[in-house]
Amino acid sequence: MQQFSTKYTYLFSLTLCLICSILLSVAAVALKERQETNQQLDKQKSVLQACRIIKAGDSVTPEKVQELFATITPKVVDLNTDAYAEGVDPEAFAQEDATLMKVPGNEAQLSEVPEQVKIYQVEKDGKVDMLVLPISGKGLWGTLYGFLALSADTTTIRGITYYNHKETPGLGGEVDNPTWKSYWPDRKVYDENWDVAIHVIKGAAESPESDPYSVNGLSGATITSRGVTDMLKFWMGEEGFGPYLKSFRENGSV
Amino acid sequence: MQFGKKERETVLDPLFNNNPIALQVLGICSALAVTTKMETAFVMCLAVIAVTTCSSLVVSLLRNNIPPSIRIIVQLSVIATFVILTDQILKAYLFEISKQLSVFVGLIITNCIVMGRAEGYAMQNGPYMSALDGFGNGVGYSLVLMVVAFFRELFGSGTLFGMTILAPATSGGWYTTNGLMVLSPGAFFLIGFFIWAVRTWKPEQIEES
Repeated sequence: MQQFSTKYTYLFSLTLCLICSILLSVAAVALKERQETNQQLDKQKSVLQACRIIKAGDSVTPEKVQELFATITPKVVDLNTDAYAEGVDPEAFAQEDATLMKVPGNEAQLSEVPEQVKIYQVEKDGKVDMLVLPISGKGLWGTLYGFLALSADTTTIRGITYYNHKETPGLGGEVDNPTWKSYWPDRKVYDENWDVAIHVIKGAAESPESDPYSVNGLSGATITSRGVTDMLKFWMGEEGFGPYLKSFRENGSV
Repeated sequence: MQFGKKERETVLDPLFNNNPIALQVLGICSALAVTTKMETAFVMCLAVIAVTTCSSLVVSLLRNNIPPSIRIIVQLSVIATFVILTDQILKAYLFEISKQLSVFVGLIITNCIVMGRAEGYAMQNGPYMSALDGFGNGVGYSLVLMVVAFFRELFGSGTLFGMTILAPATSGGWYTTNGLMVLSPGAFFLIGFFIWAVRTWKPEQIEES
């Protein structure tokens, strides 16, 4: 085998690294815009699916998603004051840029939540018809991110969707299943004392009229089911959107 | 560039005679992870074929200039570059699927097949043959992946490429899905059966015990 000097070895590795890094940088920069558009579209689609403006599994063109999404009003809620954040343009607000704050031990097992959260309001005949709230919390393998859509009474569920999770496909991953999602609408988040009552049970729940606080469990995915219950308990409770929803009920969307 | 008997053998050998998964038992990790759905498995296959072909080609082109003392790290850099490139392209053009493949595209870097071919073949052979060899091994890997994904998706979810074949009970059908199939151990059983089938057909692959 040919002998190589130490100098050559260093030069070779340096050149190789340079070529590789230039190649990757060019690719990353060139594709960045497209990737970001994809992520944004995916999130927008997820919001629309949560309020069932588009059905899960339907293939919708990007143009249609943007068109439908434009009819939804974004708002930014400050979790410290539990009111709309002041001096923030909701249209321009990017959730990724929000400052994070530590939260004490909680059901959703989150250590940090954003101080300001972007929510969405769907209007109908000039009044708020639906609120779409982001939810997140630990499942079995990682954090699940999704949206919950509520009626203007702040307790009737209109839909739920998860856009990012790492659960086992076929078991916990069934949070994506349109059939499972169809169990949610018309159930209630809060009981008559305005405590969070919604939870995922084992087995099948009765109809929303007779059993409004229970949702069918995901078979074979106990921990994911529990994670869904817990994250709703957190986000709908005092630490999450509870106080905001209370003021929304009492004062309307101001 | 001709494509004669030798070239054909280089491409076809890894399918059954020298399959990277069935005979060499390499690349098992991703074979377990991405085979619950045929669609994701298919994209993973394309990604692996692209990476093995390109990296074998480039390593072979550089083979006479790579200092032996750092050859493994050089191979790794070349492979990693192609893997990240593939990952970026998937994220830009096949976003839905790249979401499902998540980390496993990145983990192609650690797939023993790719490095095995770079070190075991491309370092000794010309670029054309190496590219063919990389391609063949990628296809050999893909073959097993698709077979495993076929059974896992059919029996685990009752669908093929997302189309319902056996209406699952969870969606109001008659078929109770097999939970074992969607979990990783299900893939172990299937790969075991696959190896059994191949070795019954080609007894010369059986190792002496």
